[in-house]
Amino acid sequence: MAIPQTTGRKNKSRRHAHRKQKHVWNDKHWRWVPTADGDWRVQGYVFHHKHKPAKHHFRGPGPKPVRRLAAAAALNPDPRPAGAYQGPFGHDQAVRLLNRAGFGPSLGQADPLASLGLVGAVQSLTRPSGAAILSGPAPVDDNGKPLAPADSWGHDHLWWLDRMVRSNQPLVERMALVFHDWFATSKRGVSKQQQMIDQSNLFRAAWGGSFLDLFKAVAIDPAMLQWLNGAENEKWAPNENFGREMMELFSLGADRGAYTEDDVREQARALTGWRNDWSNELGAHNFRFEPGWHDTGSKSVFGRSGNWGWEDACRLCVEHPLHPSFFVDKLWSYFVPTPAPEPLRASLIDTYVGSGWQIRPVLETILMSPALYEGPPMVKPPVVQLAGMLRAVGRYIDTTAWVWLCEPAGQVLFLPPNVAGWDDSRWLDTSRMRARWNIVDYVLDGISVDAWRRPYSTTETAEEALARALGSWGSPGLREEHRAELLEFARRAEKQVSANWQKGPYRAMRQNALLQLIGISPDLILQ
Amino acid sequence: MKNNCCDEYTRSQLLRSAAAEAGKGLPAIEVGMPEPAGTGLSRRRFLSRSAGLALAVYGASKIPLSAFETGIAQAAPTDKVLVSVFFEGGIDALSLLAPVGDPKYAQLRPKLAEAPGSGTSFSEDSRLQWHPAAAGLATLHDEGKVSSFPAIGYDHPDQSHFTSRHYYEIGQLEVGYRTGWLGRYIDAVGDDENPLQGLSMDGSLSPMIATAEKPVAAIDSVDGYDLWSAVSEPIQSEMFNSFARFGSLPSDSPGLAQVRHATSQTDKLRTELGGVGKASSPVEYPDTDFGHKLAGLAAYLAFGLPMRVVTIRAAGSYDTHAGQAPDLERNLRETCEGLLAFQRDLENRGLADRVLTEVWSEFGRRPEENGSEGTDHGAAGCAFVIGSKAKGEMVGEFPGLSKLDGDENLRVTSDFRAMYCSLLEQWLGYDAASIIPGASGFARPPLVA
Repeated sequence: MAIPQTTGRKNKSRRHAHRKQKHVWNDKHWRWVPTADGDWRVQGYVFHHKHKPAKHHFRGPGPKPVRRLAAAAALNPDPRPAGAYQGPFGHDQAVRLLNRAGFGPSLGQADPLASLGLVGAVQSLTRPSGAAILSGPAPVDDNGKPLAPADSWGHDHLWWLDRMVRSNQPLVERMALVFHDWFATSKRGVSKQQQMIDQSNLFRAAWGGSFLDLFKAVAIDPAMLQWLNGAENEKWAPNENFGREMMELFSLGADRGAYTEDDVREQARALTGWRNDWSNELGAHNFRFEPGWHDTGSKSVFGRSGNWGWEDACRLCVEHPLHPSFFVDKLWSYFVPTPAPEPLRASLIDTYVGSGWQIRPVLETILMSPALYEGPPMVKPPVVQLAGMLRAVGRYIDTTAWVWLCEPAGQVLFLPPNVAGWDDSRWLDTSRMRARWNIVDYVLDGISVDAWRRPYSTTETAEEALARALGSWGSPGLREEHRAELLEFARRAEKQVSANWQKGPYRAMRQNALLQLIGISPDLILQ
Repeated sequence: MKNNCCDEYTRSQLLRSAAAEAGKGLPAIEVGMPEPAGTGLSRRRFLSRSAGLALAVYGASKIPLSAFETGIAQAAPTDKVLVSVFFEGGIDALSLLAPVGDPKYAQLRPKLAEAPGSGTSFSEDSRLQWHPAAAGLATLHDEGKVSSFPAIGYDHPDQSHFTSRHYYEIGQLEVGYRTGWLGRYIDAVGDDENPLQGLSMDGSLSPMIATAEKPVAAIDSVDGYDLWSAVSEPIQSEMFNSFARFGSLPSDSPGLAQVRHATSQTDKLRTELGGVGKASSPVEYPDTDFGHKLAGLAAYLAFGLPMRVVTIRAAGSYDTHAGQAPDLERNLRETCEGLLAFQRDLENRGLADRVLTEVWSEFGRRPEENGSEGTDHGAAGCAFVIGSKAKGEMVGEFPGLSKLDGDENLRVTSDFRAMYCSLLEQWLGYDAASIIPGASGFARPPLVA
């Protein structure tokens, strides 16, 4: 009897020698799983560690989550504002909200959120209280060592990915990602990774307040001052880089007749005066405004003259009549793939202007809009899909592979392709799709089954196999035609069994193939 | 970096890795050290869908990346391919072709001398014996497929890794050159839009193929366009069938249509390029990185990718200042087993008449061993030209150990530039006069049968 000892896994480890697994440390972990009566119970499962875990490492399950039906009992009447989505708000809608406003549900998270009703659910995301709590094991590299996000290449990416996976304030992380894309700054132009992390913390703190405050904070953020040469902009030789992008990309938009080339030059003059020092040890540091380097003459911007400074430059943009529509359309586009319909768009603009350029009320209206729940799906950015998959399977950051795997997928955090951010219309092509496939394969490392290590069921039916695979992914909803195709696959796979010894091993491979197919299905790529 | 390497080696490595960061300038490490050729080339990355490879393209900065796509697809597969394999660090020629029949050998190498009879004897000079780990090379030599240079180098040998390597890379004894000898060949005959014509299978560009104008490329991974999976046949085919089906079902939104389109294109490319870079070799390669790269290279050649010259580093490093024996044994074995498998693969695929492999190192090592069971930098080294079309005759004699040069190093009996001239004219069919300065002054050893 010839048992094939070689699977694709062996080939793979040859190609990626660092993935070679000589030892696997298995130990029992615990997690909370939802029960039928709305409560939670502890479930044990075997976790395969790629590296020898510390003796007292976290094995779960952590504090018990809030009882789901108790939360439902306190259900508020869910009065919805006029113009908001009026349809049912159940599991599927909660998942969609979590996908767009966060990184998808973790195990059992969707139902409790649904029980809060539309308004309650949205506000539970947009009005978090206190500091974010990161629950679960802290992120480590492949050797089980803590990350060095400020120092090690790629650890900044992992540091943020970990927050996306573990934070109990997912919308804060998602909005930080929105503004990272909006004010796209790349570490290629910044001397220290810490400055990039600091900028993302700025987004975490200011995402929901006044856009003018955020804009001003970004204008003098050390990472931005380096990236768009704000600290090289002096009265004797103005550098127009930030002055142009602040209008074209950050607040007004190109080709709308909002500003002229003269406005660009005058804005650059208004922004002069910021400087920094440089040392090999600290990189660019000591960012400061030096009045002597600032152009104190009168500048004319958008037809308004005055001795404008950097704060005026930001304010003039935000006060520009074409800014509110730019802001609303841009923010909307992060959450809904189709243009905002009238009269909703007009009311969003009113909300924005009427609140003094507050971001949160506009965002809340968008997250309650019918288009978000009834409209077409959007392609998830690669990092959003990855964070969502890790949350769904209950995995944490335990490898640096996510850095080089995300690069071909088209998204490394802190490394947008250019100052315009990532191009949402180009998330998928053959190389990026391949990278997503390979990411799914990697996510399933330790989740997929190994028939050679432990005997697999020899009688599992196609239906049981699909149910098990879906369970491992946290029971995502699948389109009916995809479910049918997967069942069909499971039956075809079973037909391949021609010898008695194949019954278990082939079923194990079928299970792994189902796990892979679910991960790469349109259902998990779309949000 | 291994601790048995010399300091200078470490520094030169540092300089080279810095050179890869084109445009950032070089750290000042040692006054007078030549900068690697090709340092100023612009570098851009893209995935060539037609070749299924993630390429770093060097040079030709004004050409849009999409043109390379077309260029690769349209370039005709080349007739003759030259593969250059580099023993980095200066391999000990006196171990690889050990002069066990030379009375001075055991005297100079009390600890490191190869024992007589431990390896196959070298049929063209009874004094010499192949290192046991070089059995793969010995096998090919016995079949008449290896031309050996037992003491290659140049006059007034420079014992700096960096300078000597630079000479070999640019094909002359100058420090200021910016193009490699094979880069100049590509500039002369190459295509404006096909970066695969000069390919480094090392992640960064070998200065040997640094061009002035024409694009050349480097690849990190030879894996081509495959989708990883732990699922093997027969279930794997069914899995991909379902994946393809996800791509062909009807769509009711632009987002879904986009996913379906990318899915079906991905599956199509996977099917089309399944052979490229995948180690679906007709022969078994050693399970090493070097073997894997050569397996990929043979697959590219079989696929008809338009390559003219390919550079690749041999397994490991050969700067064996201390504890030489085990390191050399391991690295040499990996390399020679890989080279043998590569030759067999080419023969199996009917490609052996199209490919010639040149193996070189920047210098040989000192005949007298040092006090730490290692050897220091020497002068004459060894080189080999391998292939079914190789002439298979020794070039230059082994000069013996009784008379060494002024630095107590092995004397040079053949010039590397003469080898280059012969390879250019006899193999690549191009006049060496415009590629190798002073070409007319070199003999042309017969290298091609």
